[in-house]
Amino acid sequence: MLKQALRSASTIFWLGTKELRSFTHDTVLIVLVIYSFSLAVISQAQSNSQELNKASIAVADEDNSPLSRRITGAFLAPLFLPPQPLAVADIVPAMNAGKYTFVVDIPPHFERDVLSGLSPSIQINVDATAMIQAGLGSGYAGQIINTEIADYVSHRQDVPVSPVNLIVRIAFNPNATTAWFVSVMGIINNVTMLAIIMSGAAVIREREHGTMDHLLAMPLSPFQIVMSKIWANGLIITLAVAFSLYIVVRGILAVPITGSIPLFMIGVVIYLFFATSIGIFLGTVANSMPQLGLLFMLVFLPMNMLSGSNTPLESMPVWLADIMELSPSTHFVSFAQSILYRGAGFGVVWLEFLAVGVVASMFLLLALWRFRSVAAQSN
Amino acid sequence: MMPAAKLDAVSLRYGSTIALDNVSMEIPAGCIAGLIGPDGVGKSSVLSLIAGARRIQSGRVEVLGGDMASVRYRTELCPRVAYMPQGLGRNLYPDLSVTENIAFFSRLFGQTSAERIWRTAELLDATGLTPFADRPAKKLSGGMRQKLGLCCALIHDPDLLILDEPTTGVDPLSRRQFWVLIDVMRARRPGMSVVVATAYMEEAEQFGWLIAMNAGRVLATGSPSQLKASGHTPTVEEAFIAVMPEALRHGHVALVVPPRVVVDGLPVIVARNLTVRFGDFTAVDDVSFTIQRGEIFGFLGSNGCGKTTTMKVLTGLLPATIGEVLLFGNPVDVDDMATRARVGYMSQSFSLYTELTVQQNLDLHAHLFHLPAGPAKLRIDGLVTRFGLSGYLDQRALDLPLGIRQRLSLAVAIVHSPEILILDEPTSGVDPLERDRFWSLLIDLSRNQGVTIFVSTHFMNEAARCDRISLMDSGRVLATNTPAGLVASRGAKSLEDAFIGYLEETIQARAAKSPAAPMVHPALVAIAPPGRHAPFSLRRLGAYAIRESLELLRDPIRLGFGLFGTAFLMVVFGFGVSADVNNLSFAVLDRDQSTASRAYLGEMRGSTYFLEKPAIESYADRDLRLQSGSVSAAIEIPPGFGRDIKHGRPAFVLATIDGAMPFRAQTIRGYLMGIQTLYLGDPAVTTTQPAVSPPANVVIRYKYNQDFDSIYAMVPTNICMMLAVFPGILMALAVVREKELGSITNLYVTPVTRLEFLIGKQIPYVAMAMANFAILLVMALFLFHVPLKGSFLTLVLGALLYVLATTAYGMLISSFTKTQIAALFGTAILTVLPATQFSGMLSPVSSLTGVAKYIGLAFPMSYFVPISVGTFTKGLGFSDLALDVVELAIFAPLFIGLSAALLSKQER
Repeated sequence: MLKQALRSASTIFWLGTKELRSFTHDTVLIVLVIYSFSLAVISQAQSNSQELNKASIAVADEDNSPLSRRITGAFLAPLFLPPQPLAVADIVPAMNAGKYTFVVDIPPHFERDVLSGLSPSIQINVDATAMIQAGLGSGYAGQIINTEIADYVSHRQDVPVSPVNLIVRIAFNPNATTAWFVSVMGIINNVTMLAIIMSGAAVIREREHGTMDHLLAMPLSPFQIVMSKIWANGLIITLAVAFSLYIVVRGILAVPITGSIPLFMIGVVIYLFFATSIGIFLGTVANSMPQLGLLFMLVFLPMNMLSGSNTPLESMPVWLADIMELSPSTHFVSFAQSILYRGAGFGVVWLEFLAVGVVASMFLLLALWRFRSVAAQSN
Repeated sequence: MMPAAKLDAVSLRYGSTIALDNVSMEIPAGCIAGLIGPDGVGKSSVLSLIAGARRIQSGRVEVLGGDMASVRYRTELCPRVAYMPQGLGRNLYPDLSVTENIAFFSRLFGQTSAERIWRTAELLDATGLTPFADRPAKKLSGGMRQKLGLCCALIHDPDLLILDEPTTGVDPLSRRQFWVLIDVMRARRPGMSVVVATAYMEEAEQFGWLIAMNAGRVLATGSPSQLKASGHTPTVEEAFIAVMPEALRHGHVALVVPPRVVVDGLPVIVARNLTVRFGDFTAVDDVSFTIQRGEIFGFLGSNGCGKTTTMKVLTGLLPATIGEVLLFGNPVDVDDMATRARVGYMSQSFSLYTELTVQQNLDLHAHLFHLPAGPAKLRIDGLVTRFGLSGYLDQRALDLPLGIRQRLSLAVAIVHSPEILILDEPTSGVDPLERDRFWSLLIDLSRNQGVTIFVSTHFMNEAARCDRISLMDSGRVLATNTPAGLVASRGAKSLEDAFIGYLEETIQARAAKSPAAPMVHPALVAIAPPGRHAPFSLRRLGAYAIRESLELLRDPIRLGFGLFGTAFLMVVFGFGVSADVNNLSFAVLDRDQSTASRAYLGEMRGSTYFLEKPAIESYADRDLRLQSGSVSAAIEIPPGFGRDIKHGRPAFVLATIDGAMPFRAQTIRGYLMGIQTLYLGDPAVTTTQPAVSPPANVVIRYKYNQDFDSIYAMVPTNICMMLAVFPGILMALAVVREKELGSITNLYVTPVTRLEFLIGKQIPYVAMAMANFAILLVMALFLFHVPLKGSFLTLVLGALLYVLATTAYGMLISSFTKTQIAALFGTAILTVLPATQFSGMLSPVSSLTGVAKYIGLAFPMSYFVPISVGTFTKGLGFSDLALDVVELAIFAPLFIGLSAALLSKQER
């Protein structure tokens, strides 16, 4: 029994070394992996796509008073581009053309009305089709205007102190820097993408080149063939993730990672077990490389877009959120956030590790079941 | 008389491999000239240079009296030359029917439909393909496929016909018919020159002129009788061996097969009534045979006759539909590892790992068969010596000459000393000398080591070396006997004649049941020379557009994924991708427990954004719950909160927000601030301070989307993303497929121009993407209830320009990728990231920074997002969006132009 297991392990090991050798000879794949874990991560992290940054703003100043000029001058880089003056009549055409996301309209006699306690209204027009910018920016713009007015007024009269004050502290990332988030999420998306592509393509390539027949005619079981692909491709991606975290994220992007990277890497290995299994499964379902590609898009895009790595999970409809609970990518994102940002330990994340492991085993069984019936059929 | 083609000091390299080494030759016109020699000696390179399919690297090539280096001459020459590349029907389109294939080539040569109809009818009649006019090319037998190839080549009456191994892998009867057909065509157009490459030496006997080649050089030229006379040999094959360099011939003696010593005992391989069906196709039909220990048993037959399928059943790769197979007296069992360890298998395609070296391949297989280290080393060393591999140990299998590779394959297949060896066409494409060497190894295994060998081949002289052979056709065994017995029983001159005899017998038996297919008949009229050549032709463009559409319509998987895959993703993303932040979980640590604290919290509990979780018990509990992500915000009300308010001292509330997702954290902060403001303005909240009105009211007006519901922005941008990803990938694959499968040759050797080729192929994908757009539009309107408030026509115009641009983007990627896998992943990676992150899906391009901004600006989606969102949600018309439309319109011509510039009209 033990002897058999050892023989099997040795077979899996030697078959896997073959996979590694193949990989080192495939220049396109190597370039792809390096790009995905370096340049792609850096360009996403530096894109500021998830925060308010250089938002375009215009001010229709009908008051032209010291207060209105003060408000105009308070919109500063990097949150806002320098505010552009705009005539009231041009507000609608300019917003239609998408020139400005925000247009502040300061009515005539604004300063006079403020000082005489009339509580005049000041309007911010927001282009609500630019979702992230609009949501964050309208809050900021409102705060900026309120602060400026309060400041201006406080020099002239007594302002009562607010009876209740709210102190907000953002834990784990006090300045809400998006590069911290986007860089690690970029790595996670790449792990899913590459693991599926590499293991799926490894199966299709063996089938197209006829080497699958060759393997299956030898005394090798599908389990051994599948496991060899899992460990070899998993190892490559694990190394790439470690490189990306230590060198790219912590080094180049200078993101302070508080949590335990080794614990996270254990999670990565468990997740890779899943991602390579599903890749192999797809490799047995598809008959050709183009079909694999289309299947890959249908599986990968939802797993990626809906895992919580791009948009918040809470805003999905309940039925969809329930379905996504079954996807290990959701748990991967969740435990990555827990470990890397919030410094959670094994006690917090073990349940999610387990969930990923269970789904992974299911896909492994599914892949094995498909493997022999399909592998020999096409050339 | 002017030669058909003339090569002068021509050399050609592929990377570091020298394919042609300073070759000079003259090919006479008006006859069949044959290039003979094994695979990989440069025959195909010569033919592709003559056809103008490959770029000349050095030297001079003249065809029909003109210089092939001149682009203008090549363009003029195209209509006078026809080229059939190597591989069964490699330049044909498998999903198209016989007539559709011919029509495609006819359009490429600018023929009118009237001309096409009579020419097609005539050619089909001449080749006997008329009854199969509507059958898809992929369902034709090898012989019929080659006849169809000939029809396509002859549709425009070429002066020079170039055939690259037209009969390799075709059964002997079809081969004979093919040459009869060529003779008929030559009789009809006496001036026509034919240049042929072949590996069958017996065919070469019939040609008018021969050029013997080896290792990129010309060995000898002359008529067959001249060649035989100079070497004093009875056959061309032996004449060829005689002109091979001395070093290669060294040690070559005519192969003798010693007689088999018959040992009694159980038969080693038994097949009983074996039948294998795939759907309604019967690949193997009621095959039975019994093979004894140490016997060499041969399967002889054409491509696709069921040889490979039978072998796969023997190795346990495929289950038999009916019947059974016994190895060593036991039924084949998929999980019987012990039996598999006694069998060696060498599959048809070269199935070793080409990126491993010879040594690594041998070591790997020794490990996989668990040979102990010591014996394994001895065994490998022994094989390396016996197979003559010692000079190649550190070379990658990819770089080995074909003959050496086959020896390595055999060495790998017997590394574990199997008792049965199953070999599927092991010597295809190997030169005669190397084939003899290979067979001497097989004979040694059989005669001296008692290994039972089951081998398939389409070479007659190899079949003659077997102890017994089965003749196979269309899944059936026609006869099984010793080679001599088969020849004797038909009273034939040779094994080939005997095989043809059996084939004709079955065809007659079949013909008795169905109407006979007409045989070749020579009554054909001479035809006028082809017309002039236009620089741009809608007919040629149409040829590609029609062909691509037919293929697309016949590939339900591509079509289905293309149209409904997007619909599926649209549903998922429409519901799932949202920038709204709600259903946020929060929990409270109320350390005051007063009326005032409950009043404050009441404001939060009333908010639709938040969901309350069980109260927090301690700071440790708070930290743990934030860490695990089970709450997004923790609100703490310190002791004395109510008392402070009562006494007019400033009171404080502490909120801790989970910052893991910064965008969400910032939004939560905004919500909390808003709730705080509401609380302060709430008249029900009683404080000691009189309520004061704020100095000014900031009114936020969400334009275009009053409820600030992200679906109105997300659905229109999702449409943009779908139309970026899928049409691009399908277009890129469509172009690269032609490169990988070989039909790109038609671009090289026919008058079609690069622009006609690219735009012709693009049209069906643009049409499909527009259908896709229609589906997505309907879904947006009726499933997601996102109304189209603006100009419908502007949206449609924008969508058209956009899919033109995204398909052209795929086209551009295809121009620098060679394989489908590279095109697929290249397009996926170069599309998904810009589309989801940098094109205005989440934030406007104008607010991006770094590389991302430039990627965004160079990606067409950034210009369609304003049009889609503008017409759907902002209610805009054409005048508002004119600038975006114009910018979007620039992409397609730019990308198509670049692709055309990068695409080569010749193979490099």
